Amino acid sequence: MRDCCSTNTKVQTPTCCSFKPEWVLGNMETSAGEVQCVSTEWSWADRIGLIKSRISAFRMHYSVSPGLYAVGEPDEKCDVFVTANYKLSFDILRVALKGLNAWVLILDTQGINVWCAAGKGTFGAEELIRRIRECQLDKIVNHKRVIVPQLGASGVSAHRVRQESGFRVCFGPVYARDIPAYLCAGYKSSREMRTIKFSILDRLALTPMEILPAMKHYFIYALLILVIFGFQPGGLGWGKVWAGGSPFLFLGLVSIFSGVFITPLLLPFIPSRAFALKGWITGMILIFTALRLIDLPQLGHGLLVLFSYLFFPAVSSYLALQFTGSTPFTGRSGVEKELKTAVPVYITALSVSLILIIVYQLKQWGVV
Amino acid sequence: MKYLSDVSTLEFDQGKCTGCGRCVEVCPHGVFVMRDKKAMIVDHDLCMECGACAMNCEFDALKVNAGVGCASAIIKSMIKGGEPSCDCSGDDHGACCQ
Repeated sequence: MRDCCSTNTKVQTPTCCSFKPEWVLGNMETSAGEVQCVSTEWSWADRIGLIKSRISAFRMHYSVSPGLYAVGEPDEKCDVFVTANYKLSFDILRVALKGLNAWVLILDTQGINVWCAAGKGTFGAEELIRRIRECQLDKIVNHKRVIVPQLGASGVSAHRVRQESGFRVCFGPVYARDIPAYLCAGYKSSREMRTIKFSILDRLALTPMEILPAMKHYFIYALLILVIFGFQPGGLGWGKVWAGGSPFLFLGLVSIFSGVFITPLLLPFIPSRAFALKGWITGMILIFTALRLIDLPQLGHGLLVLFSYLFFPAVSSYLALQFTGSTPFTGRSGVEKELKTAVPVYITALSVSLILIIVYQLKQWGVV
Repeated sequence: MKYLSDVSTLEFDQGKCTGCGRCVEVCPHGVFVMRDKKAMIVDHDLCMECGACAMNCEFDALKVNAGVGCASAIIKSMIKGGEPSCDCSGDDHGACCQ
């Protein structure tokens, strides 16, 4: 651990009536004005925020004010860690800085995490330079070093920051938990610390936000299925809706489960590098199994079996392909290549599926 | 985990490389290593085109068509036009921007 203890700074508790979030411990006077001191612990509110941001659109508004903050009792020798103003990014950093005295410089990324904001350019050299000037960092510290998370490098040009602000960018480790080891090694990340991982737990944490949007589409699909099976020669006949439509409602759920949960979870173990193919393989296996489990007379009909093997694995494939946006290893050119083949296949599968189900209904009515 | 092979647009001009090591430092997939005081690509297929290396190469030795490897963003750009971007502003999106 680095020793950055200060003797000339003073932490004051805020006045009783001002609103302060739980993670603000008080204020600290610096040569460039007052700075808020932040806790290095997870509070219950922080944990609830973490869960809500993982499962809902809550995260779209989960941000903190950009600017300079203090961890511990930092002085002019202490390091400056840069992060995004997405509250979860900030929480992970401040907790990782436990036991250290440091400055945290939060950029305005409109509440988006470092990685995505770097891709969009909001976590970038321009904003960093502006924030360094605005916070008068040259008055706060007597060195010219800022530590930027490595995953911010796709937005931050280190040489531009040096040229325009005089501050040298040191890229820190990918994961904030490696910061103490990085500092001990003299601002050096090992190859391990520089490499992004995508463990089964990481993938599991991402699946709730895949499931929720897919379920919204499922309700539209369910309505369509009920209407298709509800149509009788004499008009809408709801008597056969449940018997005819329910197996397809179930198979629809299976295909979603396959594309947004099973495929992401078992990603490295499913053959093929193409996500569309991975999703299709998983979909085929699960639909095959599900069709063995459902023993309803209408599924004995060749047209419906064909429909099931054509439509549902394609849904699973499409949903698995969407997961490329959540992975840290898929590139633009690869996804474009997949889409060039997959999109025409999806359109064909959807069109043929519709024709099959309409022909089946017409046959049921004795029209053809 | 590796994605599709022979698709990355990463180009490296070793002649321009001064061996500063920035690319090795910023690449999150270990695409580069230092050999004989120059950077070299060890596995082209590991590149996800994030653009961190090109952004931080002061000597213009690296080029890559950087962008988001996100099907949803690319489909949106195909329909609406423009560059694919990780647009996290709506409620109906995947988990990419956590």
